[in-house]
Amino acid sequence: MSAQAAIERAFRRDAARAIATLARALGDLGAAEDAVQEAYLIALERFTDGALPANPAGWIVATARNRAIDRIRRERVGQAKLERLAALEAIAPPDLPEEDAVIPDDRLRLIFTCCHPALALEARVALTLRALAGLTTEAIAAAFLIPVTTMAQRLVRAKRKIRIATIPFAVPRETELADRLDGVLTVIYLIYNEGHAPRADRASLRENLCAEALRLAALVAQQLPDEPEALGLYALLLLTDARRATRTDAAGDLVLLADQDRARWDHQAIARGLGVLTRTLRTGALGRFGLQAAIAAEHARAATAAATDWAAIVHWYDALHAIDDSPVVALNRAVAVAMARGPADGLALVEELAGDERLAQYHLLHATWADLLRRLDRHAEAAPAYRRAFALTRNPAERRFLERRLAETTARDQG
Amino acid sequence: MEYVALIYVDEKQFDALSPAERQAVFAEYGQVTAGFRTAGVYVDGRPLQGTDEATSVRVRDGKSVITDGPFAETKEYLGGFYLFECANLDDALRYAAKIPGARYGTIEVRPVLPV
Repeated sequence: MSAQAAIERAFRRDAARAIATLARALGDLGAAEDAVQEAYLIALERFTDGALPANPAGWIVATARNRAIDRIRRERVGQAKLERLAALEAIAPPDLPEEDAVIPDDRLRLIFTCCHPALALEARVALTLRALAGLTTEAIAAAFLIPVTTMAQRLVRAKRKIRIATIPFAVPRETELADRLDGVLTVIYLIYNEGHAPRADRASLRENLCAEALRLAALVAQQLPDEPEALGLYALLLLTDARRATRTDAAGDLVLLADQDRARWDHQAIARGLGVLTRTLRTGALGRFGLQAAIAAEHARAATAAATDWAAIVHWYDALHAIDDSPVVALNRAVAVAMARGPADGLALVEELAGDERLAQYHLLHATWADLLRRLDRHAEAAPAYRRAFALTRNPAERRFLERRLAETTARDQG
Repeated sequence: MEYVALIYVDEKQFDALSPAERQAVFAEYGQVTAGFRTAGVYVDGRPLQGTDEATSVRVRDGKSVITDGPFAETKEYLGGFYLFECANLDDALRYAAKIPGARYGTIEVRPVLPV
């Protein structure tokens, strides 16, 4: 590894912490990023062999802090200047992160700032990836298929609003924590889903999003170990990610859960996910993420598709449906009912849902409908439902899957 | 840090209230204003007359053009404001949420540009 690559790696791992600490002291995310960038340039100059001091995170914070202090000293005098200097000087050795120390982490404050509801949702996602995951603006733009200049502007505007409107760098107070935490977890979940969507393009960029979402979920769960939903999301992502390698075949086509090679699931991740879920259950109240984790756990625990405990899954879906009236949850529940009690019971529920306007354009409603009709040997009715599903999705992997099913159904109907 | 909380409400809703109901609205505003003072965040705050009493003026080519009515025709109008002194946006939003108009209208919170 070249010296530059070694330093880059150290910064990728530890820069977020430094940015978070400086942003808290400065009240300005952009200035914090600039200071850490200056520390990076100093590191390149000073450590020509690529070896940072023993505590790289501590070195980055200390160096970036000194750069920020120098910069502020050059500014004109003012009360705000003195306050920021005092805050920076208060970042004393006890605040400098020790290796692996579990101390109240400034990154947790920073993620609440980046995911603040006063910012637009797209800005929250982008800021979180930029400031906490350390992704470059170019990488984020590429992952979301947005021009780099647009993404750069979005980030600049968001940082400006944080600074000018004084969005605090703080964990919200107890009365607001649950609501605000939900916003943070939603952003992490969105980042994961963007990476997880079955698509052949941008594969490595998207894998990166999944990995970063997992790291962020782990961070929040570690920092807020008594919050059921923080644990629930972490468990959900671990259990979902354990199956990622088997979700598509070599050609990039979707492989259904029932057909996935379970030996290739990441059983270490599953064990960790089940462990986190057990801790979630001990907190007593499962929220929407915890319940989805419980459902994922039922799949992860089944040695074969046939061994899946569908009755348990229906039970979890009932609970999820009770707190989340999203029609997508209702549809997934119908699928579970079909598996637990037979396709006719599932079909009855799907037909009920077909009246829901919110689902009319949802391809999976029609695909599920088609699949249940197919399983009931009603092939003539299944074909048009497959066609509707096909017309409603542009995802190539999903289209190929639906095409195959449509061909089978048409053949059966004629045969 | 100063924040202005602009209270946007549907005037027609207010006009439709009985005198007793209006009295209750003003009494509630009086209560929350007292609360803002106690909390030490109150700088200023005023209700405005309705848009029937609004007059708009624009100067173009040195000439004043005066028209009857508000700046823009919308369903919700600026009905009043508070000026808060708060540490940060979260605090300002917490106090803004206590404004009665937040329950039936919208409170827009804007930081004041220091000049």
